Amino acid sequence: MKIHEYQAKELFRKVGIPVPDGQVCHKREEIPSLVATLNLPVAIKAQILAGGRGKGGGVALAKTAEEAQAVAERILGMRLVTLQTGDQGTEVRTILFEQAIVLKKELYLSMLIDRERADIVIIASRDGGMDIEKVAQKTPERIISVHVNPLLGLQGYQLRELIFGLDLDSAAAKSFADLVRKLFDLFLDSDCSLVEINPLAITAEDTVIALDAKIDIDANSLFRHPEIKAMHDSSEDDVLEAAAAAHGLNYIRLDGTIGSMVNGAGLAMATMDLIKQAGVEPANFLDVGGGASAEMVENGFRIILSDPNVRGIFINIFGGILRCDILAQGVVAAARKVGLSLPVVVRMEGTNVEEGREILARSGLDLTNATDLNHAASLLTAMVY
Amino acid sequence: MAIFIDKETRVLVQGITGKEGQFHSRQCQDYGTRIVAGVTPGKGGERVNGIPVFNSVAEACKETGANASMIFVPPPFAAEAILEAVDAELELAVCITEGIPVLDMLRVKNAMGGKRTRLIGPNCPGIISPGSCKIGIMPGAIHLPGGPVGVVSRSGTLTYEVVHQLTSQGLGQTTCLGIGGDPINGTNFIDCLQAFQNDPETRGVVMVGEIGGSAEEEAAAWIAANMDKPVVGFIAGLTAPPGRRMGHAGAIVSGGRGTAAAKIAAMRENKIHVCENLGNLGRLCKEVFSAV
Repeated sequence: MKIHEYQAKELFRKVGIPVPDGQVCHKREEIPSLVATLNLPVAIKAQILAGGRGKGGGVALAKTAEEAQAVAERILGMRLVTLQTGDQGTEVRTILFEQAIVLKKELYLSMLIDRERADIVIIASRDGGMDIEKVAQKTPERIISVHVNPLLGLQGYQLRELIFGLDLDSAAAKSFADLVRKLFDLFLDSDCSLVEINPLAITAEDTVIALDAKIDIDANSLFRHPEIKAMHDSSEDDVLEAAAAAHGLNYIRLDGTIGSMVNGAGLAMATMDLIKQAGVEPANFLDVGGGASAEMVENGFRIILSDPNVRGIFINIFGGILRCDILAQGVVAAARKVGLSLPVVVRMEGTNVEEGREILARSGLDLTNATDLNHAASLLTAMVY
Repeated sequence: MAIFIDKETRVLVQGITGKEGQFHSRQCQDYGTRIVAGVTPGKGGERVNGIPVFNSVAEACKETGANASMIFVPPPFAAEAILEAVDAELELAVCITEGIPVLDMLRVKNAMGGKRTRLIGPNCPGIISPGSCKIGIMPGAIHLPGGPVGVVSRSGTLTYEVVHQLTSQGLGQTTCLGIGGDPINGTNFIDCLQAFQNDPETRGVVMVGEIGGSAEEEAAAWIAANMDKPVVGFIAGLTAPPGRRMGHAGAIVSGGRGTAAAKIAAMRENKIHVCENLGNLGRLCKEVFSAV
């Protein structure tokens, strides 16, 4: 789960990681009174979850109150288009006013889970404020990475490796080491999957301060972090994805016309691929999961049908935990309730398949049974052409 | 022959008193698995499906001689359940649980170094040696005993699909296992491939991967250097949008890495028989494995 920069900085502040003084603003009418309290110059930053905000025009510096007012009014409410938002952009619903800092140097610092090595990798570079992927590509020698064993924790030599690698002088090194230790603790305590500070500034006084903050939290850990779970900004969620999530369904919306409902994530991905190979485009990923009840299946069906692009539906179920008769009951109930008018291809195998097929056949609905995946693919092709 | 489990495997079930634990213990028993004990702290002395329940794994092992565990413990407590199985020096722990926090698994993985226990999963369907032992939630009836094919996969139901197609083609299986859809897991592709390579009854392997990470690329390179048995490969997620987690916690293309295209390319470079279209997998396997 991603959180906003201002929320990440709240977490930083709580653990004593230095961040600039800032004020958050959600409403246009609050801008004048907020601007009156600011220490100038001030940075005004759009708070959206996607990256690339600066290049998209979502971050600006203001030297006077008038300028701050004008910039804030421009950014708050704009549709910000960045490399990560897609062409539609994301509406800016929150802005952050932040006191501008006099700085000597900009660094890069991040921590993330290395799944292959099963440890936590800390990445740092003296090229702060830049696209780190590009730095890694062009000048790999300017990237320092240290791998921390989660059981042993951060070791002194690893901190020194970072400090010498970044060529910090002793005054800055002390402040930097303190920050890295606190950030590593925060990473573990909050179940982060990524923290990134880019840039991490070194001030004129040789102290470090986090000018930006990006945090991803492991969604599986949210049961033990209710305060972080509450930070989730649902306004950026796709409406259908949010509705699916509320029902405990795993749904991702895509651009195509053939909806699909599948049990299991791997089979759901393979089913999307199969739809594409049949010459049509998948409209979604939907995993109804193991142990899905008739009610959950019905909810999934409703969500697929809520996407106006969908022209046909492919239900591909291999009964393992999920039984085919339960699936069939859900499909039939949902189809009746929503007044199904789209063609549906159903392919079922596994536990209780005969009962499932019989429930579908007896339903009197327009549900075509596919005998195997190739048969299903040919039915899908025929569905659209 | 089979890998990791056989008729002699004595299984205890952690979380046996829960709904899933009860249901699948029964299913495994019905398949012929020797389920000898259950473990639910505080419920020692009870019985589930006639199986004695103990308060701890250590106690269950001592009383019943169990050497493997099937874990259905909910996510907040699952990592600890794995550690308990490791501490009791079981040979095998199969963790079905989905949704374990990544940092929990990171700690477990590092704590397991040098220990006796092999972990399969988490977030996996388990392992089955058709006709002799099933430790997991897969539907037993779709499998065909007797080999000659081994199946290893990161998925659950996609594995059932693959097995079903093999069985439909008359190709039996030695052992089929899911290594799990999480970013950090126990047994990996290479561990399984090595075991299949050493198993005389396995004459070919189907390897089912998906987007995210680089386990398939590493496995492909290992196969080229170490295997003389044919391998058929399938990768799910060609149409997955980048940056989105596709159901499994580990199934994500990030920063251009972990794509299906890159994995397929790595498989091709290493002479793995790549299946492009899932509908044709059974037939491709028939072609490839009939030759050996």
